[in-house]
Amino acid sequence: MACKYRVIYCLNQFFGGLGGEDKAYQPPQLIDGARGPGILLEKLFPDIQVAATLIVGDNYVAEKTEAAIREIIALLAPLFEAEGVDEPHLLLAGPAFNAGRYGIACGAICRAVREGFAIPAVTAMYPQNPAVEEYRKDVLIARAGEDVMGMEDAVRSMAVLGIKQLSGAELFPDRDGYISHGRRKNYFAEKTGAVRAVDMLLKKLAGKPFTTEYAMPVFDRVQPAPPVHDMSSARLALVTSGGIVPRGNPDRIEAASASRFGVYSIQGVSAFSAGTHQTAHGGYDPTFANADPNRVLPLDVVRELESEGAFGSLHGSYYATVGNGTSVANAEKYGHEIAKLLLADGVQAVILTST
Amino acid sequence: MTKQIERVGIPVVHACSIVPISKTVGANRIVRTVAIPHPFGDPDKSPEEEKKMRKELVKKALMALATPVDQQTVF
Repeated sequence: MACKYRVIYCLNQFFGGLGGEDKAYQPPQLIDGARGPGILLEKLFPDIQVAATLIVGDNYVAEKTEAAIREIIALLAPLFEAEGVDEPHLLLAGPAFNAGRYGIACGAICRAVREGFAIPAVTAMYPQNPAVEEYRKDVLIARAGEDVMGMEDAVRSMAVLGIKQLSGAELFPDRDGYISHGRRKNYFAEKTGAVRAVDMLLKKLAGKPFTTEYAMPVFDRVQPAPPVHDMSSARLALVTSGGIVPRGNPDRIEAASASRFGVYSIQGVSAFSAGTHQTAHGGYDPTFANADPNRVLPLDVVRELESEGAFGSLHGSYYATVGNGTSVANAEKYGHEIAKLLLADGVQAVILTST
Repeated sequence: MTKQIERVGIPVVHACSIVPISKTVGANRIVRTVAIPHPFGDPDKSPEEEKKMRKELVKKALMALATPVDQQTVF
């Protein structure tokens, strides 16, 4: 069988056949020929030959990634630089499935090899592998299943992607089955954006399937909490992403992409006023909120309702951040921290206001 | 933030002006408010009317907190 592509294949100690967790600190070693998934690769693609297999322990790479990568590059260099060698065309690593440490190793090796030796390097991971976020922007990561059940598909996808990249063909994440680099490419379309948008809208109205050109991020869902049983005794707290802070913004909460939230006492305070509070929020006209901060966080009427017995009592502090360009990850973090404080203080219900 | 608070079992009512965003981020109890720069206010109203309207909105929020829901609900 004619060999068209010489491949270096990278595996961890487990798939390389060295052992389990007891070999997780195994330093990198290079062996001739194929092992494990590399054997499967040669079987699936007769014109691919695994020239060498690099095996390294999960912990060895994950704990001291930079040093390990330097060592690996030095180990691989003779394959490229020695006199009269047939240089490898391609490096494949993994699939790492949903294994975080293995994912880090595969991602780091691919990135370093592509940069160091200028050959395509492809790995495969489960999209929720924690290493994906770190490497997806500059490493070609084929979508893989969660565990070893997806081995054959993943090996196939990696090889196809690698060969396609060698051919110089343009790659697209959906069509070619890899995890998006998050890049947007300009191209000439036959129809203008307006026409394409209306086409999509018509399909949507007709109940027909359509594919968006700009998918929104997927947000997770949470089960609704049970309602407050006895409002007349419930402890209520106020939270806002509208940026209402004490005058002068003591915590310096940023007007956009807030890096923190503030906790502010309202003990004995019957209402906000222009003299005591303001908004720190950018992205909307602050005139109305600054003139009367109760317009964003309605403390004045909440106090009235408290004295009328509409609920039990108001928590002594409120929590505020700025929801302008704040990342989902940060918002989640603040929400999580606020939730812990609320729980510790026995709060039973929350009004969260947003601008 | 609504979700993280609700995750610990405390019901949250999200009072906001852009209901589709609230739905997208996954709030379960939603009360639609007046406008982005003044969700609980209306500078065109007299101060008394404005405060009355604000109080009604908060009452609605309290009602939402006392209402069982099994999916995203706009009150």
